[in-house]
Amino acid sequence: MVDQTLDTPATLKSRAAEWAALPVRGVMRLLDWPMRLAQRIVGLGGMPYVFLLPNLIFFGTFVITPLIINFAFSLTGGPELFIEDRPFVGGEQYGFLFDCENALNVSTCREDRFWRGIYNTGTFVFFQVSLMILFSLITALVLNMKIRARGFFRSVFFFPVLLSPVVVALIWKWILLRDGLLNAFLTSIGLEKILFFVDPTWAMFWAVFVSIWAHMGFYTLIILAGLQAIPQDLYEAAQMDGTPRMRVFWRITLPLLWPNLLVVLVLSLIKGVQTFDEVYVLTGGGPGTATQFIVQYIYNTGFSNQVQNFGLAAAASMVLGTVLLVLTVIQLVVARRKGGI
Amino acid sequence: MASVVRFLTRRRGGSGWHWTDMAAYAYLGLGVLLMFGPVAWLVLSSFKTQAALLEFPPTFLPLSQVEVTVEGYDEPLPLFSVTDEDGTVRELAQIRRVGIIAQMVDPADPETRIEVPIAQREPVREFALATENYTKPLEQFDFLRYLRNSVIVTTVATAITLIINSMAAYGLSIYEFKGRTVALGFVISTLMIPITVILVPTYLVVTELGMVNSLWGVILPGAATPTGVFLLRQYMLTIPRELIEAARMDKASEWQIYWRIVMPLSLPALAVLAIFSVMWRWNEFLWPLVVLARSEVYTLQVGLNAFQGELQVQWHFVLAMTVVTLLPVVVVFAFLQRFITTGIANTGMK
Repeated sequence: MVDQTLDTPATLKSRAAEWAALPVRGVMRLLDWPMRLAQRIVGLGGMPYVFLLPNLIFFGTFVITPLIINFAFSLTGGPELFIEDRPFVGGEQYGFLFDCENALNVSTCREDRFWRGIYNTGTFVFFQVSLMILFSLITALVLNMKIRARGFFRSVFFFPVLLSPVVVALIWKWILLRDGLLNAFLTSIGLEKILFFVDPTWAMFWAVFVSIWAHMGFYTLIILAGLQAIPQDLYEAAQMDGTPRMRVFWRITLPLLWPNLLVVLVLSLIKGVQTFDEVYVLTGGGPGTATQFIVQYIYNTGFSNQVQNFGLAAAASMVLGTVLLVLTVIQLVVARRKGGI
Repeated sequence: MASVVRFLTRRRGGSGWHWTDMAAYAYLGLGVLLMFGPVAWLVLSSFKTQAALLEFPPTFLPLSQVEVTVEGYDEPLPLFSVTDEDGTVRELAQIRRVGIIAQMVDPADPETRIEVPIAQREPVREFALATENYTKPLEQFDFLRYLRNSVIVTTVATAITLIINSMAAYGLSIYEFKGRTVALGFVISTLMIPITVILVPTYLVVTELGMVNSLWGVILPGAATPTGVFLLRQYMLTIPRELIEAARMDKASEWQIYWRIVMPLSLPALAVLAIFSVMWRWNEFLWPLVVLARSEVYTLQVGLNAFQGELQVQWHFVLAMTVVTLLPVVVVFAFLQRFITTGIANTGMK
């Protein structure tokens, strides 16, 4: 006989859920009366607006208003934060940013840090996006094979996505330090120690590497979903015809995966252009300005430098916003076309 | 033995091995090393003493020197293994070191002092976890406060996010009304405006509202997320309308329909959003870095960054705190992995 009074795991679980639901129920009860009142005032037809209101207030306050102010900000000068104290300067901030004798030579620009940021971001995004898509594709293809413990291997590649950028950067910084694990390995096979954060090329290499390490799993997952959506009978037909594996890949897998790869490309471009956290903690933008990206330029100019230049930071973020807008429009077009196929 | 090998190498479908299978497992093996290795090294290192962390080359496991209590000495003495000229090895405790000569004593015979050149002695070490790396920051630093701030930000922000976004999703999915397309377009267009683009003016808004150096300044700006509205709306569209009509017939108010019928039915989508929100908030860095300038209000991520940026980085504490910061995410992942991966695969967002 089973003792009925004993808590089985299932009842324990439901009891825990009940306890957790208590405060929620309390809040909902509390809101019940004002919402009833609102319904009596605006009627059923007005209720959708009532439900939308809190969200729209938040969007309006923290997204739309800032967006408008940002433009106004970029047209003003001086160190004051409050916009009513700031003198109007017109396009001066933009003029300052774009004042270059030769746009290809950073040192001829008046605001060379801005251009360094742009070129660094460009270099970073080029290598990060191309290599990340390559490795995500390989990983997804491997994970899509008939392998053992697929769930385990998928988690292995995915879990860094959930780690915070600060944690990711610290994990790798600890390995790459002068007396870190990697240098211990290098000396053990008879090589010299390398000061990874002193050499600009190495610093950029590790910025790209760590960023791929952290985000690859996300894109692998999207590509994997695309691979699994390819009808299996296509492969069976190819197998019956004795088609070589490489040709199956070029003729079936890649064409059918193409829309997914485009989504991944645009998504990773949008994220890549905004890279800040990991690299900021890993290299601090150094050595010098070798790994200083555009977002860090905005942060430094607006918040971290001795003289806080909000107008210049706002102008730079308008430039960044324009780039992102173009990328997002491309994304929407790509997504629509993907839906159309 | 042969059958074990056959069991391990057998394939689904009974077909033979192809070179690509070998390559695939080699790739996966390398992947495990590269993905898990750094985290494992962090955890191992976080249990090493400050002295052990300075060692080069580093030892693999956290080791510390064995100490023995010797009669006649108040303090426990460090133990060394001493190799004599004739090759015999003895274990001696060191009393003090004078230049290149160490004064040592045999624990079994505490009366006689022995002088040994330091080149002949090797410390005797054993596996030991330096748990003080974890306990000390809790007492000495503001670490506990950062932890508390992060927990507050994560829970309050997630609660607000769930309520206001599910309300908006309800409004956009259950009703047909004028301006629905406009409102939906409005919500989706905010998806294109990441915080990096509006950093300065959002800071101004937060300052005007008096929320600089307050946790509210971190919580509120990100509370309404277009991702959340979109995710919940797609789910709520699948709820049958008859259910809602029936409830209206029974004189249920709209608010009651929302929280007693639609919310319970949307639990899977709410769970996905809750997991995402917890993850976003726990890991958030740039915005708290801008808003929080005083160390009392730092969140874990900002606090950790401040510690690692100091001139003399106390790595033994930083590593342990990194492990603590990483722990909740690992726990969430271990239990809710399927939720997270299907959520991302379905929405294409993170």
